[in-house]
Amino acid sequence: MDDNKIIKPTDENLMSGRVLNDNISSRADKTIKISIRNLNFYYGKNCALKNVSLDIETKKVCALIGPSGCGKSTFIRTLNRMNDTIPNTRLEGEILLDDINIYRGFKDVASLRMRVGMVFQRSNPFPKSIFENVAYGLRVNGISEKDVIANAVEDTLRRAYLWDEVKDKLAHSALMLSGGQQQRLCIARALAVEPDVLLMDEPASALDPISTSKIEDLINELKRNHTIVIVTHNMQQAARVADNTAFFYEGVIIEYGLTKQIFTKPNEKKTEDYITGRFG
Amino acid sequence: MAKYKFKPKSRIKEFIGEKFIAVSAFAALIAILLIFIFIFKESLPIFFDSEVQQEASLDKMTFKQEYYEGREPKWAWQPESKVPKYSLFPLVLGTLKSAIIAMLIAIPLSVGAAIYSSEFANKKMREVIKPVIELLAGIPSIVMGFFALIILATIIQKLLGLTFRLNVLTAGIALGLAVIPIIFTVAEDAMTSVPRTLRDAALALGANPWQVSMTVVLPAALPGIGAGVVLGFGRAIGETMIVLMASGNAAIISASLTDSVRTLSATIAAELAEVVFGGTHYNVLFFIGTLLFVFTFITNLGGDFVLNRLKEKYQGETR
Amino acid sequence: MPASPYSALNRRQRLTASFKPKSAGNIPRGLTFAAVLVIIIMLALILGNVIWGGATTITWDFLSSPPEDGMEAGGIFPAIFGTVALVILMVIAVLPVGVLTAIYLHEYTNSDSMITKIIRQAINNLAGVPSIVFGLFGLGFFINFVGGNLDKIFYSSAGPVWGQPAIIWASLTLSLLTLPVVIISTEEALRTIPREIKDGSLALGASKLQTIRKIILPQAMPGILTGAILAVSRGAGEVAPIMFTGAAYYLPYLPLKLNDQFMELGYHIYVMATQSPDIEKTKPILYGTVLVLLLLTFVLNFTAVIIRSKMRRSRAHG
Repeated sequence: MDDNKIIKPTDENLMSGRVLNDNISSRADKTIKISIRNLNFYYGKNCALKNVSLDIETKKVCALIGPSGCGKSTFIRTLNRMNDTIPNTRLEGEILLDDINIYRGFKDVASLRMRVGMVFQRSNPFPKSIFENVAYGLRVNGISEKDVIANAVEDTLRRAYLWDEVKDKLAHSALMLSGGQQQRLCIARALAVEPDVLLMDEPASALDPISTSKIEDLINELKRNHTIVIVTHNMQQAARVADNTAFFYEGVIIEYGLTKQIFTKPNEKKTEDYITGRFG
Repeated sequence: MAKYKFKPKSRIKEFIGEKFIAVSAFAALIAILLIFIFIFKESLPIFFDSEVQQEASLDKMTFKQEYYEGREPKWAWQPESKVPKYSLFPLVLGTLKSAIIAMLIAIPLSVGAAIYSSEFANKKMREVIKPVIELLAGIPSIVMGFFALIILATIIQKLLGLTFRLNVLTAGIALGLAVIPIIFTVAEDAMTSVPRTLRDAALALGANPWQVSMTVVLPAALPGIGAGVVLGFGRAIGETMIVLMASGNAAIISASLTDSVRTLSATIAAELAEVVFGGTHYNVLFFIGTLLFVFTFITNLGGDFVLNRLKEKYQGETR
Repeated sequence: MPASPYSALNRRQRLTASFKPKSAGNIPRGLTFAAVLVIIIMLALILGNVIWGGATTITWDFLSSPPEDGMEAGGIFPAIFGTVALVILMVIAVLPVGVLTAIYLHEYTNSDSMITKIIRQAINNLAGVPSIVFGLFGLGFFINFVGGNLDKIFYSSAGPVWGQPAIIWASLTLSLLTLPVVIISTEEALRTIPREIKDGSLALGASKLQTIRKIILPQAMPGILTGAILAVSRGAGEVAPIMFTGAAYYLPYLPLKLNDQFMELGYHIYVMATQSPDIEKTKPILYGTVLVLLLLTFVLNFTAVIIRSKMRRSRAHG
């Protein structure tokens, strides 16, 4: 298929809801993990996301970039229905996880959230021990066998590149860890319930460069087994870790494609302006 | 990737749990409704039972009655005499007298202290004033009544050369002390909530700090201070133990400050133990309770309303 | 270069400036400070008098023995026991209801929904009801209605079993009175819990109820504890609600059954102070009882304040 065949975001195309990103879905042997179709999202009367359509590829990293307040965080929170906790919000359109509608096809929202995990911008460990933080997801979902939990805790802490640093102090409070360690703890905690997808909302924005690069290494390792969607303000980061990138502006996806292409030969002027720093 | 055998959540448990929480939450609402209903219910015979109305109808409780043939009509509260007398006027008068004396004591002291704390005091002084007020607030009214009965009454008696120790002045002073923390807290809060921008504007125009306090802050805080006064007045009207112990409990009608009084609340406390269950006296006491409930309900509603309006106003301004 | 800022002003400015009395601010300052002083003096008078009069009476014997000789000798142990039993029952009743109400208001409702506003108004009004009215309610509802009907249904024999003054009714009456205290304290604690923690729990697949049980309630413990302590302090000091619902001046037994009457510190003070045949003889005991009640109240309030300020400090850092 022709990799350069893309559909421009003209009004007509937006109205008809055609996918902007044929350059991805037109590739052979693609698998789509999450499919978003014609998503409109409202905070009260204010429309924060306008007719967003996107295909997120399995076991690839998809970065969402764009200026502050353009809807990236709102968008990522729709994927695991975290916006349900905010009153006065409304959603139109369809979100499919493995072709299942996340609003209608799941027994309850908890089972969705076990498949789609989330790491937040500011690390938010519970005021409990390191061990109990990681074990929390297992416990609330019905696992109580001691050895199962202990193994899972060690396993996920290793996968999060944190085990060696905390293996002697698992009973210590999680709040004693440094910022970077706390964030890796939160990643381990999210991994413990074995999600297919990991949503990361600016996971390294509050961290120093060394911790940031540790997290980025982690992401590169995690994508072997998980689909990752990451919101980032940092374009270099997107360039480093993401396979695909979507550029959001004022609630609309301006452009979505291979990271390499977005950053070297963007098709839209707005994209180019943002990337070259003319605004945002 | 179902590595673990996760257990699905029990929908029933969740549902019951959440409903249980919601039901418990209505307890406060149900309580207040129940209180009103049951108190009012026990006073209903006054409105509907003709036998009760022989002695204590609304009319008989409000206006002067000719209790003895040929004698002048008068107000009197004497439920347990051969000719039962149920005028509420002496009680209402007693309540008002004690409450007004209390407010005359409490308002200058609490508003004055609040002004000092908010406008003049440095941090150290504020850290002294706050615990003092909290200590005062923490004194149970029975202890305040004890203080009035044993100590204050003697002092007042000696100071003014009175024959009787227990009178409305003694009770009123102690009542005022008890009400100070309420007014102080609300008034001080009102003054410290006046936005910085208002103060800064006045300072920038050349006013010195105390001028700002008197001419800008105080007027701006007036509604809040007023609300505090209203809440304090409601408390003074409803307070029982202090007046029960220190006012002398004689249902006297007079304008003198050194006479004894009987208040509405103290009447209930003093007489409820001996009434016949279901009798006229019983009904009237519950009626008095209803009056107290309604009055404090209104003062609270009013005070809260003003405070809420102010909160909204200032939250809007300081944003 | 002007020698002082004053000389930098022109003639007109100097005239205006000289009209501003520099010391005028002292009068309001002095007056309001006098108000503060009066309050402090009155407080010192009250506390000092009680301590002076009662300090010598408080011995271990006083606290652990029953009264003798018509309150002219002996101790106040039964009153202490009765007060403790009373507030324990009260806390058992008020704590769950108050905490659940606060959780409902904070976690389940919108702050501008009609329901929230109505419930909050009810709480505020409940807080303002005069204590004697609670006493009336205790008599009219708990004793006569609930107790009376219980007797009718279960005990048709002679003599009231539940339809009479009893410690259970007195403590339930007090629990209504202290309900607002618990609710407000718990809500204050709930407000300190950051949103991200709750979101983090939900994102892991926990339900709202699980989040409440495992994350929110443990974090809110200090505030809940504060509420319980303040409720106890308040409940131990209120006399009017218990006067007709179960308190008695002298009982030869301790309240060991739920439908027993009980002696209580505040009520003891009231009767002793107003109805003693020989006030001079009972004065030491009276003062001792007042001091015990005052100390109890202050220690409880102080503890609550400490917990509360620790909670506020950890919120600032957390």
